[in-house]
Amino acid sequence: MRSGTALDLVQLASGVVLAGAVLALWRRDLRALTSVLVLQGAALATLAAVLAVEGGDVALGVVAGVVLLAKAIVIPSLLARVVRRDPGSRETAPLVNVPASLVGAAGLVVLSYLVAGRLTALFPDPLTRLAPLGLATVLIGFFVLTTRRKAVSQIVGLLLVDNGVALTAFLLTAGVPLLVELGASLDVLLVVVVLQVLATTMRARLGHVDLDQLRELHD
Amino acid sequence: MLVTAVLAVPLAAGALAGALPWRRAVGWAMVLANAAVLGLGIALAVEADHHRVAGGLDGALRADALSAFMVVVIGTISLLASIQSIRYLEAEIAGGEHGARHASLYSVLVEVFVACMLAAVLSANLGTLWVAVEATTIATTFLVGHRRNDKALEASWKYVLICSVGIALAFFGTVLVYFAALHVPGHATGASVLDWTSLMRASHRLDPGVVRLAMALLVLGYGTKVGLAPMHSWLPDAHSQAPAPVSALMSGVLLTVAFYALLRFKAVADAALGPGFTRGLLVIVGLASLLVAASLLLTQRDVKRMLAYHSIEHMGLIALGAAAGTTLAIAAVLLHILGHGLAKAVLFLASGEILLVEGTSEIEKIPALLTRRPLLGGIFGFGLIALLGLPPFSLFVSELNMIRGEVDVGLGWAAGLSLVAMAVIFAAVMAHGRHLLLGGRRITTPSATPRLVGIPLVGGLVACAAFGLSAWPLQPLLDAAARVVVR
Repeated sequence: MRSGTALDLVQLASGVVLAGAVLALWRRDLRALTSVLVLQGAALATLAAVLAVEGGDVALGVVAGVVLLAKAIVIPSLLARVVRRDPGSRETAPLVNVPASLVGAAGLVVLSYLVAGRLTALFPDPLTRLAPLGLATVLIGFFVLTTRRKAVSQIVGLLLVDNGVALTAFLLTAGVPLLVELGASLDVLLVVVVLQVLATTMRARLGHVDLDQLRELHD
Repeated sequence: MLVTAVLAVPLAAGALAGALPWRRAVGWAMVLANAAVLGLGIALAVEADHHRVAGGLDGALRADALSAFMVVVIGTISLLASIQSIRYLEAEIAGGEHGARHASLYSVLVEVFVACMLAAVLSANLGTLWVAVEATTIATTFLVGHRRNDKALEASWKYVLICSVGIALAFFGTVLVYFAALHVPGHATGASVLDWTSLMRASHRLDPGVVRLAMALLVLGYGTKVGLAPMHSWLPDAHSQAPAPVSALMSGVLLTVAFYALLRFKAVADAALGPGFTRGLLVIVGLASLLVAASLLLTQRDVKRMLAYHSIEHMGLIALGAAAGTTLAIAAVLLHILGHGLAKAVLFLASGEILLVEGTSEIEKIPALLTRRPLLGGIFGFGLIALLGLPPFSLFVSELNMIRGEVDVGLGWAAGLSLVAMAVIFAAVMAHGRHLLLGGRRITTPSATPRLVGIPLVGGLVACAAFGLSAWPLQPLLDAAARVVVR
């Protein structure tokens, strides 16, 4: 990385993405989860913008705009619409309680430093050194997906995984090719739209969006 | 030109279905479009046979022998499924379940789904391949939930959530491959790095540590869409809840389109790491899938769920065949992809017809199908025989050759384990099938099955048997396609 300020910004943004994932584990208020996503989306867009300015990369600038629009504005507001129909909703009974989840998150961060150590050892670049943060975000997203039972929490888990992958992609390769990045953003957006429609239909048909009570299909 | 046309045909058909109110003629237009895809696929295969690699859309699309073969498979199965779709939609409209607008939406989504699969196998770039595979999930979600009841809703939720997570992991793996390729000195930069041809040129110089991590993520991620254990849990729900023609497409081709992605990445990883690492991964997920299928098949009470678990079994077999990785084994894997697609599509379409005329798909409630509906029962029976890997059907040949390939590379023990699992599955399916076809003899007058149903399904089975009896005309294509990913 060329200038000190830019590196500071990149480090800050990467830290914010991981901190957001930990926040998502901590807060059980579903409304707080959408704010976490806004925060992460803004951090990712900042990161892409800084890299674009540093590298003089116009395509990456476009990506930064798309990321801001999709991840920080459209997706959180779609999610907020699901939450609004379910006022006062909380993740009442996660399979793992909050303090244990936070300890688990710490473990996952350590794990991702161990796994990604190979990358950082081989390519000792200030950006590559931040890559374990992305992997940790992915793992925490998985953790949310497996231990939380509300529909909204599960969507958030999926988005944490996605944001973690996006963070890693920016740090390692300054973003994948433009066409792929645009396709990926559009796909994630559509998936969230699909999930929002499904959650709304579930609410209309069943009166709740609690996945524990959806157990008709099992063996 | 040819390649672009393959993509344009289903998209144009989808636009047509969206613009016109649904009636039988529109349904036949979809059939025609899918037949055209099959025809174009055969043309691509002939081109590839002459060692010409067709391209399109400014190099974004590319059809070597492997892609051409997959286009043929997609065209064949979607042709069968679209004929049955007419029957399905007409019954639905006649039953007053949904109106013609629903039928239009269904047709548009199916054609978009087919176009996404074609885009996946024709992508010159492994990044856009990922985008296309992800897009298939979106196109199919509402098809899975087409019946709009609680079960269908639950199935589509699980489907889209689990597959999206899986595919996010595959994206992670793709990013890591991209990262490794960027660090190869003198290699291309920018968008072309993930192009198949340039990536293969650089593949032996990729960093092994990064590729190992990437391949683990790719096997887990694309494995989710393939329906391989441990990420298979969405599959029985989605395949049993979707309308039968959609189940046929999802089980018959979508699973193997995701596997096609793994075959491509496996070639890259093998060049960088040698064959051992990916082989180990594929053996693990393959055997785990066989174990899951063998232990859960016996307890199934629903025809479509039974077929869905059967898909997990066959994906496990394909994973083991790919693990062997010799030209012989990969050619057998590809023949298995076609044979399984045909047999599974015929069975899902037949089960849709059973649901239509019997009102249920519970095995208990539909005994003695063979005496009551001889043609439908016969199709179902022969379909099961094909799927169990008995001669003369092509699955027998492909399973045999996959096992030969596995023994050749010292995976005889895995082949042995897979034979044990197959024996258990054989017994389970025979028990279900015997009840369904012969059980509880009730004397009734046999009823006929409409020709619209009978002809395509019998045709599918005849094709499956023909490929089992004669290597021509497929074998040269299979060998050429296998050589694309075997060095």
